Parts: sequence; structure tokens; C-alpha cells
Amino acid sequence: MAVEITQVLLNAQSVDASARKYAEESLNQFQDQNLPSFFLALSGELANNDKPVDSRKLAGLILKNTLDAKEQHRKNDLIQRWLSLDMFVKAQVKGCLLQTLSSPVSDARSTASQVIAKVAGIELPHKQWPELISTLLSNIQQQQSHVKQATLETLGYLCEEVSPDFVDQDQVNKILTAVVQGMNASEVNNDVRLSATRALYNALGFAQANFSNDMERDYLMRVVCEATLTPELKIRQAAFECLVAISSSYYDKLGSYMQDIFIITAKAVKEDEEPVALQAIEFWSSICDEEIDILDEYGSDFSADSDTPCFYFIRQALPALVPMLLDTLLKQEEDQDLDEGAWNIAMAGGTCLGLVARTVGDDIVPLVMPFIEENISKPDWRQREAATYAFGSILEGPSPEKLTPTINVALNFMLTALINDPNNHVKDTTAWTVGRIFEFMHGPTVEIPVRTILSVLLQCMKDVPNVAEKACGALYFLARGCEVVGSASPLSPLFADIIQALLSVTHREDAGESRLRTAAYETLNEVVRCATDETTPIVMQLVPVIMVELHRTLEAQKLTSDEREKQNELQGLLCGCLQVIIQKLGSAEPTKYTFLQYTDQMMDLFLRVFACRNATVHEEAMLAIGALAYAAGHNFLKYMQGFYPYLEMGLQNFEEYQVCAITVGVVGDLCRALDDKILPFCDGIMTHLLKDLSSNQLHRSVKPPIFSCFGDIALAIGENFEKYLIYAMPMLQSAAELSTLVAEADDEMIEYTNQLRNGILEAHSGILQGFKNSPKTQLLMPYASNILQFLDSLYNEKDMDDIVMKAAVGVLGDLADTLGANAGPLISQSVSSKDFLEECLASDEHLIKESAQWAKFAVSRAISG
Amino acid sequence: MAPHELRRPFKRPAISDQQRRRDLALIRQTQQRSDSQNRARRLASSLFDLPSHSFPDACQADFPDNVDVGYAIALEQSPELEASSPTVRHLDFVQASKLKGSAARHWFARQLMLTEWMIDVPPNLDRDWYVFARPAGKRCFVVSSNGSTVSRLRNGSVLHHFPSSLPNGARTKEISAPSHVYCILDCIFHEPDQTYYVIDMVCWRGYSLYDCSAEFRFFWLNSKLSETGACNPPSTYHRYRFSVVPIYDCNRIGLHKAYTGGFAFVKDGLLFYNRHAHYQTGNTPLALVWKDELCSQYVLDTDSEGHVPAEQQVVLELQDDGKLTTSDDPPILFGCLEKEIIQKSSFQAGNFLRFSVIDECVRIVDGKLELGDLKFVGKANRARAFADSYSKVFFQYTARHSPLQFQDLIASLDPNLDENSESNDMEMID
Repeated sequence: MAVEITQVLLNAQSVDASARKYAEESLNQFQDQNLPSFFLALSGELANNDKPVDSRKLAGLILKNTLDAKEQHRKNDLIQRWLSLDMFVKAQVKGCLLQTLSSPVSDARSTASQVIAKVAGIELPHKQWPELISTLLSNIQQQQSHVKQATLETLGYLCEEVSPDFVDQDQVNKILTAVVQGMNASEVNNDVRLSATRALYNALGFAQANFSNDMERDYLMRVVCEATLTPELKIRQAAFECLVAISSSYYDKLGSYMQDIFIITAKAVKEDEEPVALQAIEFWSSICDEEIDILDEYGSDFSADSDTPCFYFIRQALPALVPMLLDTLLKQEEDQDLDEGAWNIAMAGGTCLGLVARTVGDDIVPLVMPFIEENISKPDWRQREAATYAFGSILEGPSPEKLTPTINVALNFMLTALINDPNNHVKDTTAWTVGRIFEFMHGPTVEIPVRTILSVLLQCMKDVPNVAEKACGALYFLARGCEVVGSASPLSPLFADIIQALLSVTHREDAGESRLRTAAYETLNEVVRCATDETTPIVMQLVPVIMVELHRTLEAQKLTSDEREKQNELQGLLCGCLQVIIQKLGSAEPTKYTFLQYTDQMMDLFLRVFACRNATVHEEAMLAIGALAYAAGHNFLKYMQGFYPYLEMGLQNFEEYQVCAITVGVVGDLCRALDDKILPFCDGIMTHLLKDLSSNQLHRSVKPPIFSCFGDIALAIGENFEKYLIYAMPMLQSAAELSTLVAEADDEMIEYTNQLRNGILEAHSGILQGFKNSPKTQLLMPYASNILQFLDSLYNEKDMDDIVMKAAVGVLGDLADTLGANAGPLISQSVSSKDFLEECLASDEHLIKESAQWAKFAVSRAISG
Repeated sequence: MAPHELRRPFKRPAISDQQRRRDLALIRQTQQRSDSQNRARRLASSLFDLPSHSFPDACQADFPDNVDVGYAIALEQSPELEASSPTVRHLDFVQASKLKGSAARHWFARQLMLTEWMIDVPPNLDRDWYVFARPAGKRCFVVSSNGSTVSRLRNGSVLHHFPSSLPNGARTKEISAPSHVYCILDCIFHEPDQTYYVIDMVCWRGYSLYDCSAEFRFFWLNSKLSETGACNPPSTYHRYRFSVVPIYDCNRIGLHKAYTGGFAFVKDGLLFYNRHAHYQTGNTPLALVWKDELCSQYVLDTDSEGHVPAEQQVVLELQDDGKLTTSDDPPILFGCLEKEIIQKSSFQAGNFLRFSVIDECVRIVDGKLELGDLKFVGKANRARAFADSYSKVFFQYTARHSPLQFQDLIASLDPNLDENSESNDMEMID
């Protein structure tokens, strides 16, 4: 094999499919049969300067893929596999990799540097390969530029791959010194400077200590700022990227540099090439992100605890920053609205302006209004568009009081422009701005009659696709605003016309462009949601219409893969729409029964949607079925036989975990719909749920809902849950232990932990209540002390959120209620039944208090009697 | 290390409708799970070991055949009225609150839980029952919804239409309850102090308490009502005061307190509620009323002029076949009207007719009361919605001949039970 590896690697890139397939198979075989030789052969190939560059590159790429994978569980396997490899083999592979950094072939060097970083990512956390960093640093001392460049690139990848925790400060200092030296103006080789600048981008995360030291920070900042002025475009761009990264990582250290940075960025925005100008604008967007976050936190109760104070950089820069951004708005590209991937300086500038408005609020309005007034009626479309875009961008942030006087004038003007302006780009932005007005200002602030607005929007929906799509968006937010108004919706008089207009949009030949069809269906959904008693009959008429559409997609035969993808997307939209309709009509008694006549046909359609996707079920159809089951109640039983296989399929879908999560939710719907009639299906369902919980492939976010689902099942089938107790209870127990052992967690982890706790508690509630009044209640006694301990430990941890608190005090009540006097002594020993209960009784949160009052009642019965 | 992607979302709504659909589905599921939990929690608790037959089906629809047109329409619009799940009946009220005029009267007339009169002392009085003094006044349902409060008498007619501090009971800014929130209270309106005395809670903030034990309902009533400010003195947005009635465990002390204690209201007998019983519409043997001269001014029934007639009078319902029956379900037969008499008169099936009892004809066979021949007095008052119940007729009969006395109630208490809990009192009384 070793002899022919070059040929196999070349064949694997052949244009001939069969040769390619054969080569791939033999590579897989090689890997399976003799892993050490496989590693040695590939690293040898990569290091060998006599081999063709294509085989060397692929050898490196395969090595990289045998060390890392996207899926966490596979990644863990690969790490273990490498660690358990023979020491000698590993040493030889690493030797080859380091040797490749000196190769004259740049592709080979670059590939090797990535592989080295992957190996470092595995070994450094295990305190292996201690000499790596010093070896790399000594490489840099060499005079050969290409070696220097490759080594700096390697250091960059290494910093991306390895957590700062595994590199000691001494080595960090040395890495930074080497990188900064490479960036310095004294370095004549531009490739070296570029690699060094890009390496610094990744190394910034290691520089916490250095950024806290004034002298070192001054030096780092000076080098970065100097690099933004080099003649080489790519280096300038990379240097601005560093500035952007610094703005978010070291926001609080920027004070003394802001003035200089403003000058640098303003110059770049004004006269530099687009890639650089975009990064310069991004710097300010990123500062806005930081300040918005900080001010958000100020707004919440914990202002005193906020880690970072706000330095109000944006407010200080405002008088200069806003004109700079307004200038960019006039640099639009023709037809940028038709290009999905477009991103130019005008778009970036407008986006940044929007962020500035959110950061400073009212203060931006007087700075932008003159620009709007000056340009909004100009003959040049660029000026009209820029003025409109500026207005649309500042609608979020300032107070309604500040904007209201302008809004009514502006809206009138814009409704005219939507019909009369000759330029599509202006209309596109105008329709978007109208949508933004309704998004942030809906309700009483708008003086123009809804009827007038609607007639313009409906007309606009017949315009070119990108304009029509924005008009749909505007209608979406208009409808959403009407949702809160109450029973008499201003949409009602034109309700049928609106639905008709949206359906016509979905049928347009060009509805596939600019996301138009999707926008039309999403708007239709929102309109359905805000139907009132008066207009639900029209929604009822929509049911057969959408069903016919869905039916039509199922009749299409012999589709190309492209067509199949479109069909799949359309089915998603239609199922989504049906789901919204089901929820709407199924939730109100007067419409529910009329609507349920359609259940047979609807289930038939949903099952056919499932059937046309061999392996996976459709998320939207699944959600729709959940809503339908709940509305249909016991009558849903007759569909279970046909539906069950797809339910199983959804529960086993580890890859698309969203689908799995939704299916778990639907099991809950079924439990509530069918009650104990779900029993015959429970063995299968519980098996899958238990497997899901034990799997390390399944995304963790699905696990809390699975626990809640245990509760749903137990509540539905009551004491029949008995046979699952021996499986479910230990899992709940170990999850409970895990969820109380979270030390030093970040916000995300705390949130997840609380979700997990809530799931566990809901499971206990369901099981306890399910067994109530059963002669088998005693089966739960052995678990009572663990459950109480869990509650006690939650109370002692003091980091419950309100939802968990309500659930926990509820479980206390459930336990007392179901186990009664038998658990009395246990309950009276627990902290939960005293201090925790007292705390909940004193809560300001209505739901917590209510649960607590109930728990108090149950507890006092259990203890006294 | 290629340049880093910095494209930000442009001219797009931040939230996709798909994510919104997911979120809304999750909210719906969470809400429904919590509803199921709450329903389970409100069901009778296993703490009390009750034979299941003591719970007659509380959900039976109690509709006469001769429904009027408005009512028939209401039925048609809401087929679930015939179904029997607790949620469904719970929704009836939403429907019913939209009914007007006679349809509304007809509907509400059948929603109250009606006490039977105590003929015998039920077993385990002290273990399973509560006792409280019944305020004298008009029994009514009070419903707060959509920013107003309506009270309806036993026959379904409106007593008051007024603003109150109950949830959603007035159109004020302070009472911020969602529009679907409503409450239903079982009350007695006490004229002298213009107060609604709440004797039971049927729905609170949209949550049904039908399927809860009396124990739980009273607990909830006592903890919830005062929170709302409904017990405060009247004000602009709160025209009548609400008040709770002290409820006692039915032991020696409780009985004495209820019987002899002084209350803010004029007493009209004692009410006994079985603590495990659900709220059941219509007559129930699990809620009883007992009176004697000491605790009530109205022990013996009065006629339409307010005088106690020399002979006991009963009101019975005329059936198609001429039978005269009580309001019980199933109805108890007390007599029969000859076809010729019916034809000569203007009586129709469903009419309520008043008769005098002839003491000599009355017989008690195997503990059952038989009235024998009756003397026709006249048609009953038009406002009546029901005939007399069997237990009422029986109680009125015994009240005139050999009344069930307070000492009988005391004597029925289990002395062992008392010895444990209230040993001192027992000795004092014995």
C-alpha cells in the first residue's frame, strides 16, 4: 500500500467516478485494517517533497479529518483513537508534520500547519507534545521567509484550536512576541506580515494578561493600528479584523485609543477599498453590540453586578460617526436587492446606523432628520433611497414620543412613494421601512386609516418580487400590531381581500424569487392568527383551499432533485399554514367542531407528506399533527396506527434534533388528547425516549423535554406507568444529581440546568399525580426521600429561576397529595416543606404563590393526618 | 485563515415565522401541560379513602325536553353541552355568558348545587362533614366576566348587574385580568347589610373548581377571595361587599359555634357539606340543610302571603301522564291527577301545582314518605323554576310532627373521636 498510496490519493481526485470510488474505498479499508501504517503513510506523503502537490494536499486533508469531526460524539472517538496510538507512531507523524513546514511547496506547508494545530488541540490538554511551541518559536528565528510564514500560520491555527487554559503565560508571551515581530513594519516580506497579522487575530484570546498591562497593550495596539496603514490590501484588511476582534474582547480597555481609531476607521470608510471599509464599519457595529448588551444589563435589575461599565463610546463619537455613516448610504449598488448574497458599504453603513440608533435612542433623531429631509424628494433615486433607508434604520431605539410626529407625515409620503416612485430600489426600501414602522410603532400612534394602508400594501404585493416581498413583510407587522388591539380588529373589513391577495401572491409565476412565496405564507399565517370571531368563518373557508394546495404537491411525479427540494419547501409552508389554522380554529369552541370535519382528509395528507420523504419526517407536519391531536381529543385514536411509525421515526432522528424535540412535544399532545388510550403505544414510545436519553449523539437540548414527556405519559396512563418506574426513576435520579452539581457555570449552562430541573420536576409531578388514588401508590414510597432531597438541594443552591421554583413547590404538593400520611414524617423533616414553602408563599410571582398555597394545603393534610 | 465573514442581517425581520410557529407550539404545549397538572391536582385526593359510588356523576346534563327556542339555539351552537368532561362543562359558562333573556335564565337555573334537607343524620358527621350557619337571603350565582358582575337567582333571573373587585368584575385599570378570565361564586345575598356571602367557589380566574372536593374549594375560597379586595367596603367600582362565612369542622365545638354563635348576618339554619364531595349541579345528598326555631325564622314553609298555613303545602310538577312529581332526579311520585281534571283545567305538563297535605293520609313505609291523597290549592307562583324536592317535603313533614333536633345531631357524633381531639369539651357537655 505504501508504494501505491500516491496513486490512490491521485485517483481519489480523478474525474472518473468509478476510479474515485475505488480509491476512496481502498483508503477506508487501509484505515480500518492498519491505522498506524495509515497515519505513517499519509504523513510521509505530506512531508515528501518529491511527491505531487495534489496527493500531498489530500494526504494532509485526510489526516485532518481523521483527527476531528463536527459531531461531538465522533470527535471524542477520534481523539481517543489518536491518544491510544503507539507513541513511536505518533512521534514519527508529528516529525513529518513539522518537517513539512520547511517545504518549498506552499500548499504542503499550509496543509501541514492545519494538521499540526489539530494534533496540538488533542495533545496539549493532555500535557503531551510539550516541546511543540518552543520548536515552532525556534523556527521563526530562521531567516527563510517561507518557513517563518508557515510557522506563524501554524501558531495562528494553534491559537484557534487550543483553549488558552492549556498554554502557560510564559509561552503566550513568547507567541505574542513572535507574532508582533512578524507584523512589524520592519518585516519586509508581505506574506510573513499577513500570516502574522492573521495569527494575531486568533492569538487575541490568549492575550488577557497582556491587555491588562498598559505598556504591553499600548504596544500591541500601536502595531495593529500601524498595520491598518500598510500598502498591502490584505494586511490592512486583516489588521482591521484584529481591531474588530479587540472591540468585542477588550471593550473596556479601549478608552485611550478611541480617538485614533475613529480617525483610522473614518479614513478607511471614506477612501479605502471595500473589503477594508467594510471592516472599518464593522468595528463600530461591534462597539454598538457591546454597548447595547451592557445597557440591556443596566436596564435589568442587576446593574450593580454588571461586569463591564459602559463607556458611552458611541454617544461620544455620535456627531462625527452619524455623518460618516450617512455618507455610506449613498454608495448603493444597482440591483443590490436582487442579489441574496450582496453586502456592500451602503448596506453595512445602514445596518451600523440602526445599531447606533438602538445604542443612543432619541439623540440620533436630530442628527439624521436633516439628511432625510434634504434627500427624500431628490430626482436622483440614490438620494431618495438613502433618505428612506436612513429613516427605516433609526426606527428601533428612539422612543415612540420622539418619532410619532414624524411617523405620520413620513407614512403618508411613503404610501404615495410605494405606488408612484419609478425606482424599484426606492420602493423596496420604502416597503421595508413601512414594515419597520408597524413593527415598532403599531397601534394608536398611526393616524392613517388602516383601510388606506391596506389598499396600498395589497396593490404593492403585485409589484416586482423583491418589492412584493417587503409589502408582505409590512402586512405581517401590521397584522401583528392588530393582534393586541382586541376583539374589533381593523383588518376585519378587508379580511377576505387580504387572504385572497396573499393567495394570489403564492401563485405568482415568479413567487420563487426574493423569498416571495415564503413571505406570503408567513404573512398569511399572521393574518390567520389575528382573526376575530367575526372573521374566523373566512379562515374556515381557507382550510380546504390549503388542503388542495398540499394535495397538489403530493401528486407531482418524477421530480428532479431540484424540484423535489422546492416541493419539500412548499409542503413545509403549507403544513406550517395548516398548523396555524388548526391552532386558531381548534382553540375556540364554536369553530372547533366544524373544523374537525376535515380531520380525516388532513391526517391523510400529513401522512402522505411523511411518506414522500423516505428517512425523515417533516417538522412542520409533525407540529401540525400535535395541534390537531389536541383539538381532536379521543377521536385521534383512529389515526394512531397510521401515524405511529412516523412518530417512531421522529423520536429516532438524532441528526435533526429539532425534529426529535418537536416529536417529543407531540407525544405530550397525544397523551393529553388520548389519555389512557395511548397505553398500547407506550412501550414503544418509552423505549425510544429512554434510548434518546442514554444517547450521547442526541443534542442535549432535547433531554429536558423528554423528562417532561415522562410526566405527560404518566399523567395519561396513571398507575400503568408502574412498569416504566424501574427505568425512568434512576434516570431522573441521576439527572437530578447532575443538575445540582453545576459549579461555576456560565449563563448558558445555568439556563440549561434550569431547563433540565424543570423537566425532571414535571416528570415527578406527572408520575405522582398519575398514581394518585391508585392502590399502587406505595410503589412510589421508595423514591420519596430522593425526591425530597432533590427539592432540598435545589433550595440550598439558591439559583432556581421562577419556573423551576413553581415546579419544585408543585412537586412538594404532589408528593404530599399522593403519598399522604405515609410520607408525612419524611416531608416534615425536609427543608422544602418549611423554609422553601414559606419563601414560595411569600413570592410576588402569582403562579409560584398559587402552587405554594396548594402545596401548603396538601402538606398540612399529609403531616397532620 | 481566510477573512472573516461579517455580513449582518439586512432588511429582514429578525424572527422567522417558522421559529415563531415552533415557539407558539411550545407555549401551547407548556400551557396545556400545566392545565393538565392543575386539573390533576384539583381532583379528589387519595388522602381520603372514599367509596366511588358516593360520587354520583356530577356531569349529567340536566335538560328538560321542552327547552325554549333560544336555549335550543344555544345547544346547537355548542354540541359540547351534552358531553361530560370537566373542561367541557367549564366552557359551558363561556357559552352561557353569551346567552340572553330566557335562555340565560333557563341555563343558570340548573347550575347551582342544591342542598337536600336533612331527614336523618348522615354517618360520620364529625369525620366527613363541615358545618356553617346559612345567612338568610337570596341564594344566587355571581359571575364576573368581561368587566362586569351579574348575580342570578336560583330561577335564573338577574338580581343585580354591578361592578365589583372580583377578577374581571369591573372596567377599571387596576383590575388587569385578561378578557377570558371569569369567576363564578355561589352566594347568598343578605339584604340587611347588602352583602354577598360567598358559600362556595365554582370557578376562579377561569379555572374550574367543579371537580374539587369541598375541602379544597373552601380552602381556595378563603385564600383567594380576600386577595382581590372583594371583601372591602363598597366603592365606585365595587358596589356590594362580599364576605365569607366561617366554616367549622362538624364536631361538638363546630356545631355549637355554628348553631349558637353570633354572626354579622341573620341566620337561616345550618348547612352541612361533605368535605369530599365535588360541586354537583342539582340536588345532592352531600350538601344538607337543617333548621330549627332557634337558628331560623323560616323553619316551616310559608304560603304566598307569607303565613304558615295550618296544613303542610307542597309544590309538585305535573307530568305528561298526569303524574305529580318532585324536582328530584329521578323524580319521586307523590300523586296523580285524573285526565278529566287536566282536560277541564288549563294545566299543561311542566306546570307547578300547589297542594295541601292531609295528615291522616300520610304514611312512612320502610323509611319512605308517602303522601296519599292531596288537596289541590292552586297554581304555584310563576317565578318558580322547580317543584319541591322529596327531602324538603319530608323535612317539612317531620318538622311539624317529630322534628330532628339539635340534640340528635350532637348525639350522633362519635364519642371516641371527640375524646381524642376535644376531650375537655366532651366532659363539659356530657
